[in-house]
Amino acid sequence: MRKENIVLIGNGMAGIRTIEEILKKEPNRFTITIFGKEPYPNYNRILLSKVLQGDSDINEIILNDYDWYEEKNITLYAGDEAEEIDKKKKVVRSRQGRECPYDHLIIATGSNAFMLPLPGADKEGVIAFRDIKDTEEMISASKKYRRAVVIGGGLLGLEAARGLLNLDMETEVVHNSSYLMERQLDEPASRMLKNDLEAQGMRFHMAKDTEKILGKKRVEGLKFKDGSTLEADLVVMAVGIRPNAVLAGASGIDTNRAILVNDHMETSVKDIYAVGECAEHNGIAYGLVAPLYEQGKVLAERICAKARTGTGYQGSLTYTQLKVSGVDVFSAGTFQDEEDTKAIRVHDEFEGIYKKVVVRDNRVVGAVLYGETADSPRLLEMMKKGQDITGLGKTIILPSEQEGGEAGSLTAAMEPFETICGCNGVCKGDIVEAIQKDGLTSVEEVKKHTNAARSCGGCKPLVADLLAHTLGDEAGEGLQEEPMCGCTDLTHEEVGEEIRTKQLTLTREVMNVLHWKTSEGCSKCRPAINYYLGVAHPKEYEDDPSSRFVNERMHANIQNDGTYSVVPRMYGGVTNPDQLRKIAEVADKYDVPLLKLTGGQRIDMLGIPKADLPSVWEDLNMPSGYAYAKSLRTVKTCVGEDFCRFGTQDSIGLGIAIEKKYDRLNTPHKVKMAVSACPRNCAESGIKDLGIVGVEGAWELYAGGNGGVDLKGGELLTKVQTTEEVIDTISAYLQYYRENARYLERTSHWIGRVGLEHVKSVILDNKEERKALIARMDTALEALPEDPWKSITSNEKKREELFEQKKVEVLQ
Amino acid sequence: MAETTETTAVYVADVEEFTKGIPKEIFVNGESIAFFKTNSDKIRAIRNSCPHKGGPLSQGIVSGDYVFCPLHDWKISTVDGKAQAPDVGCTHSYSVQVEGSSVYIQI
Ligand code: SRM
Ligand SMILES: Cc1cc2nc3c(=O)[nH]c(=O)nc-3n(C[C@H](O)[C@H](O)[C@H](O)COP(=O)(O)OP(=O)(O)OC[C@H]3O[C@@H](n4cnc5c(N)ncnc54)[C@H](O)[C@@H]3O)c2cc1C
Ligand code: SF4
Ligand code: FES
Repeated sequence: MRKENIVLIGNGMAGIRTIEEILKKEPNRFTITIFGKEPYPNYNRILLSKVLQGDSDINEIILNDYDWYEEKNITLYAGDEAEEIDKKKKVVRSRQGRECPYDHLIIATGSNAFMLPLPGADKEGVIAFRDIKDTEEMISASKKYRRAVVIGGGLLGLEAARGLLNLDMETEVVHNSSYLMERQLDEPASRMLKNDLEAQGMRFHMAKDTEKILGKKRVEGLKFKDGSTLEADLVVMAVGIRPNAVLAGASGIDTNRAILVNDHMETSVKDIYAVGECAEHNGIAYGLVAPLYEQGKVLAERICAKARTGTGYQGSLTYTQLKVSGVDVFSAGTFQDEEDTKAIRVHDEFEGIYKKVVVRDNRVVGAVLYGETADSPRLLEMMKKGQDITGLGKTIILPSEQEGGEAGSLTAAMEPFETICGCNGVCKGDIVEAIQKDGLTSVEEVKKHTNAARSCGGCKPLVADLLAHTLGDEAGEGLQEEPMCGCTDLTHEEVGEEIRTKQLTLTREVMNVLHWKTSEGCSKCRPAINYYLGVAHPKEYEDDPSSRFVNERMHANIQNDGTYSVVPRMYGGVTNPDQLRKIAEVADKYDVPLLKLTGGQRIDMLGIPKADLPSVWEDLNMPSGYAYAKSLRTVKTCVGEDFCRFGTQDSIGLGIAIEKKYDRLNTPHKVKMAVSACPRNCAESGIKDLGIVGVEGAWELYAGGNGGVDLKGGELLTKVQTTEEVIDTISAYLQYYRENARYLERTSHWIGRVGLEHVKSVILDNKEERKALIARMDTALEALPEDPWKSITSNEKKREELFEQKKVEVLQ
Repeated sequence: MAETTETTAVYVADVEEFTKGIPKEIFVNGESIAFFKTNSDKIRAIRNSCPHKGGPLSQGIVSGDYVFCPLHDWKISTVDGKAQAPDVGCTHSYSVQVEGSSVYIQI
């Protein structure tokens, strides 16, 4: 029997979700073809703001990669646009001349950003914020230009502005109303939001209407109707969206503002359906993913059943959350006071918290939460059900207002049918069932199995809480995780995750946004946060020396008597007469108490007073050996093929190349490597974080060895032919370690925890991920600062700040 | 109480010579003293010697009113020099005055 053809126009979030729902029911019944205008697989448009920040690339927001399409036997024409729907012949024609017959046609063309038709709006540097292309354009503009103006103080505009701030642009927001996000917030909340954003460095021009855009070829500024002007090198218009219904309209399908659909997502033409932002149901075209996903479910049902079943789609209750770090905003339903409404209000100006719950006829009809949004799922549920709240106390409607309300689990009190993930409509019961049935143990797994937290990510803390709560006592040791330190209840993983998803960029910001219990942290969390920030933002983050342990701040090892040791680099353990002479001279000049050969194949100069360090470095004029750092220490080598009668490979050459390449890289803990040229293993490759052993025509790589406290032999990671493959594997391995391990976790403990097989599956088997890891490592390496000894000796201020021992004598 | 009877104010440095978050070591009459500039611009001074094994407190990580010793991570108050529980001990704290941009210490 011939398979039925489904053609989907629009490779976006709503369309692909519909396909996923169809495949869940009917994995093999259909032949599926997809046209997508954008030259990418389906990605998470919501997280473009994360990309805008420049710290993650598109690979990380891809929802379904090309392999997924292949696995599911779906033909994807990415970069090809559907241009014509021939409803008589039932075929779709594309710009590149393809002709595709359909039995069922799904239109999911989404929206276009609405561009104000102002004179000058066509100038270079005037863009929207809608897709990857816009995002890339903003990132590249930020490298050349300084002044950005965002037109539109709504959700999207503010997220764009925050991204531009992170890209180090001076960011002005122009808004035509006197209040930000006036369609979602009432005045008090709007005012608090503006204050908080100003504190983050955003500047606002309220109640301003733009008249025209100034400039020659490229934008140079804005002129307002009141005659004033503002300079700009980049203008981002975020004033709204227009459903994309042109193709449908031109093909004779009924449209209004968008494509008209009934409760079963059918358009006016048989066998043609519309879903997503391009569809208008009951007069509403939605602009958020939650309703679109509900529509997708209904449409899948309709297509698979070949008939209308059930009640179909009945419209959605929408709500808003702003994804700007440091400000928690939630809004839903009727939030303004009206004649027949009453409201519960909580306003704590000290804590910056505002809550308003609007009630009509004893039912919650809307809410605004600012500064603390934990009660949002509960409120939404009440609104959806139209629950009668007569007799319910304030603390039942707003549980966080209870004395010590935050203590305990957020999700414990929720009913199984209450929603955890609003975007994807996943309720508590679904998640608990998946955790128990499929034995899930991490948020990532819950994401994959249930779709919860897969869109805007706002519910991730709830999912984590529910996971911990569900696993409870049976969780065993691995899961009952220790908080990072006494300053927070969050674990290392959670802090790292929050830094990435909330796009935090400064130590203080992390502690503020994540509600640290101490104002300035401690010696445990500060270095860890400093490390996580550096990994998350390799290019932008400026290291915080006051959060470094003494050795890493001073770039030398402190000794029991307060003096320091100096270990210069000797790449691969190879030295020469010049270096040795220099070390001898410096040792004489400064009376160095002890010269010693280290276990790392180089020379240690011990017992040097703090104040002498910069001049010792200056006189040595050798790079720092990083013998004090959470970084690459040494790459030990054996003599190898040049001299040794058993040597099969150039171990010295490879060792030096590796040490030079990864020199100065920050890692969770110290990293030691070694290269031996035969299995006799004279460089002790078997007990290194990464050990390399040459054999005839190949290299073996051993991972996770340790010669320290817990002696452990490394395990065979892989065997490769060329030195390029060795280097690529090291890059992928070290980068994954950098991103995945906890701060102060050596590779041996890390691999013991996550398993060597897991590491292999990510860095060897998953080709896409391997490539991405290598690319991120290259970015990190490009951004490395110069040798610290050099930069300190040539910087008078730092020299004084860190090393001066000032002497004051009083004559009495 | 004997200590407070005979002290003299000694000029040690200008305010700008101190950096927030990074302590500074100054020898006054041969005695090594660790100076701290807090986030609210106060200057504090304690003997640069940890009550545990004499670690140089001027090299520790600073957090609010405390410094963590670089040798074995004891937590010492920069206000009164006391080690925080569970550790016990105390290092001398000096009183500091700032006049204009000049910093004086009572010796
Ligand atoms: C200088 C050296 C000893 C020597 O004289 O040879 C040395 C000296 C110190 N080691 Fe080491 N380790 C030295 C090679 C080693 C080795 C052997 C090696 O690298 O081949 C090991 C075992 C291998 C390993 O790490 O897997 C080693 C395992 C440790 C450990 C335990 C690490 C572990 O994961 O179990 C520590 C403690 C730590 O890092 O937390 C440590 C910590 C230290 C510190 C930095 C202690 C400290 O924090 O102050 C010592 C500084 C002494 C000083 O006053 O300067 N040192 N240390 C060696 C410097 C190598 C270099 O050139 O960089
Ligand atoms: C920066 C940003 C932040 C957002 N934040 C949130 C949020 O926090 N929460 C939330 O719920 N929503 C958010 N949204 C909105 C959300 O992303 C959209 O509602 C959702 O992506 C719409 O899905 P869709 O499939 O209808 O449209 P889209 O995802 O836009 O997909 C439509 C696709 O069809 C393609 N297309 C159009 N015409 C054709 C054609 N003729 N042939 C082939 N392909 C075509 C388009 O190029 C596009 O790729 C945000 C949006 C942006 C831009
Ligand atoms: S083994 Fe390492 S840490 Fe221990 S005393 Fe020797 S040098 Fe110091
Ligand atoms: S010397 Fe300060 S903690 Fe040991």
